[in-house]
Amino acid sequence: MSDTAHAGTDGGHDHSPTGWRRWAYSTNHKDIGTLYLAIAVIAAVVGGAMSAMIRLELTQPGIQFIEDFQFYNMLVTAHGFVMVFFVVMPALIGGFGNWFVPLMIGTPDMAFPRMNNVSFWLLAAALVLLVASTFIAGGVGTGWTVYPPLSNADFHPGMAVDFGILSLHLAGASSILGAINLITTILNMRAPGMTLHRMPLFVWAMLITAFLLLMAIPVLAGALTMLLTDRNFGTAFFSPEGGGDPIFWQHLFWFFGHPEVYIMVIPAFGVISHIISTFSKKPIFGYLGMAYAMSAIGFVGFIVWAHHMYTVGFNVETRSYFVIATMVIAVPTGVKIFSWLATMWGGSIDFKTPMLYAMGFIFLFVAGGVTGITLANAGVDQAFHDTYFVVAHFHYVLSVATVFAIYGGIYYWLGKMSGRQYSEVQGRWQFWITFIGVNVLFFPQHFLGMAGMPRRIPDYPDAYAGWNMVSSIGGLITMLGAFMFLWILYRTLTAGAPAEDNPWGEGATTLEWTVPSPAPFHTHEVLPDTSDLQAAE
Amino acid sequence: MASDTTKTHPWHLVEPSPWPILAAVSAAVMAVGLIVFMHEDSPWLLILGLVLVMGVFTGWLRDVVAEAQGGIFHSELVQKGLRLGFVLFIVSEVMFFFAFFWAYFHSSLPILNNVAGTWPNGDLEAIGAGGIPMLNTLILLSSSVTVTIAHHAIIENDRPKAVRWTGITVLLGVIFLGFQIFEYAELILHSFTISDGIYPSTFYMATGFHGFHVLVGTIFLFVCFMRLRAGHFKAEQHVGFEAAAWYWHFVDVVWVFLYINVYFWGATGFLHLPAS
Repeated sequence: MSDTAHAGTDGGHDHSPTGWRRWAYSTNHKDIGTLYLAIAVIAAVVGGAMSAMIRLELTQPGIQFIEDFQFYNMLVTAHGFVMVFFVVMPALIGGFGNWFVPLMIGTPDMAFPRMNNVSFWLLAAALVLLVASTFIAGGVGTGWTVYPPLSNADFHPGMAVDFGILSLHLAGASSILGAINLITTILNMRAPGMTLHRMPLFVWAMLITAFLLLMAIPVLAGALTMLLTDRNFGTAFFSPEGGGDPIFWQHLFWFFGHPEVYIMVIPAFGVISHIISTFSKKPIFGYLGMAYAMSAIGFVGFIVWAHHMYTVGFNVETRSYFVIATMVIAVPTGVKIFSWLATMWGGSIDFKTPMLYAMGFIFLFVAGGVTGITLANAGVDQAFHDTYFVVAHFHYVLSVATVFAIYGGIYYWLGKMSGRQYSEVQGRWQFWITFIGVNVLFFPQHFLGMAGMPRRIPDYPDAYAGWNMVSSIGGLITMLGAFMFLWILYRTLTAGAPAEDNPWGEGATTLEWTVPSPAPFHTHEVLPDTSDLQAAE
Repeated sequence: MASDTTKTHPWHLVEPSPWPILAAVSAAVMAVGLIVFMHEDSPWLLILGLVLVMGVFTGWLRDVVAEAQGGIFHSELVQKGLRLGFVLFIVSEVMFFFAFFWAYFHSSLPILNNVAGTWPNGDLEAIGAGGIPMLNTLILLSSSVTVTIAHHAIIENDRPKAVRWTGITVLLGVIFLGFQIFEYAELILHSFTISDGIYPSTFYMATGFHGFHVLVGTIFLFVCFMRLRAGHFKAEQHVGFEAAAWYWHFVDVVWVFLYINVYFWGATGFLHLPAS
């Protein structure tokens, strides 16, 4: 190593490309992971600006500044699409997955490097189409669920919904190819000695997520195709006048949509497990239970979809089944929560920023989880359906918990990815501002929902004024946290202190901490021997 | 650190490539072209997108074939990965068809759907299982046999036999497509088009996407036919052919399900909504 150090390990190979080609033509898992993280940050700014506009409009009763209600509908829709498909998924799966799956399983790259790149560029193309849809014919004002008849040619006759549909088709193709790549890499390319039961939990999480993507996204593709032909070629899948059924769209959408929420949160489980174990300086409690709990959540996630549809007129037996199946998910989820707590129990806990975010994740995920149990009851949901209670619930588990996993993951791995370490003081300030902000933002929305405030409406009666004002103030605090994060990111990348190979000490045991920081262009070219890895307990 | 000249692992680190970004741009052109076609009746951007996508696909796969022929990159483990990747792709395709089968069952069975009136809708008549559909079933099932014969011939390094039976499989695929086009033409002229309600919607969507997959599979097998003639496949290295054969079996199985459920069961009316 010493005699080649002057050339550096980064870019020292003659086949390491430079300039714009390095990024456009990339077949390197780290560069592609960086591209994914970059697009997630850009999309987060776009989606965050949309949520700021929504929240500012809702600050007080009456219309503040959005006179065109279709514009409000478009904002709500595009905010959802951008955050789900272009922020959370690219950051957790494309970004962290690309960067750390090969590093953690001890292999030089992903199984299909070119396909990896096309996954990224299809996502970029999808983002362009989605942004285009917001400028065309009033935009997609359907909500991210795109329910007909609102999304059909009678109510959205322009090109906007078609742009939205094709955007999701491209994003879906990107996800399917990415899933194939992850599964093949994980099943085929683990270093000698790394059996499935010795694989780090983040890799387990990515494997399960990839299977969910592989099975759920094509169903969405089929649904979108039928909506496209209903709109443009006169088919009748979702139109009663031709013998079709709009409820059928809801079945298809949620058969995809419910696994989709686990697609967003299971990678977060993986990140959190690593952070908790690292900063408690203990191996994760109940490793195998954790892996199989994620598998169980993934499996059950496919058979609970109609709990999003309790108000469409199912008979009571159907609703009973979906209530019970939904509540079953609480069991493996409980296994995960208690195993994280047991990992911390008796550990020598180091409250670094990633650990704060991991503990924040547990707090927020439990809060969102118990409102999930509430909403799982078909009877209760009759009242709460389409209210701000639902908005509060899914923002606690998704917008806040998974975003906390993204924040935490970036703080945890930034040194490994960039070679520079963030400032701990700034990181902690940013955590507390964000933690207070999101709770002030979303907790009052439970009260608004219980009082009956409907979602997706730009105005409300005066009775809801108080908590809406509080919520908007929370939104501003959260935004302050987000800007602070961007500033910390900028400062770290430009002037951060050099990162050690393993800045976290004895608790960080996975293979990514054995390579230099920043991780060289190519790693694990000599496959590490992992046969001395601690066997799963 | 490993030096550049000695490879210390069995994996294939692919060189940077322009194909992925070109593929994404082409796909975006095709998507926008489709929207323009649907709203402005101008097909040119769509055609351009299609040509670009096919061009990029060809160029990309030429690179893959060249790498396979070089004999260094596609180690046994890399081949295993390629096979696994293709099986996963087929799994995703199965889930794609799952949506269209669901459409068929949801629209026709009262246990799933309590808003629809009759099946088939309006005064349409369900298509029976005899005639062309049965003939096509025989053709496609036979083609699964012929492609397997060709596969065994490759394993026995009997190239002429493999070429012959792959060619026959391609021919059967073309005949299937010919019959399906004939069936569609008859239906459109004398019975119903895709815009005549839910029965034609599910029928054309499910059988149409299947037909498209037969077309793709036939082209895939034709490429294998040419590669066989060029001597690309050996007993121990023929991932491309295996993928084509698996894809062909998948297309075959989808057809069997279509035939049993849409053609056969659909025409019996058993458990369906009342007939019109």
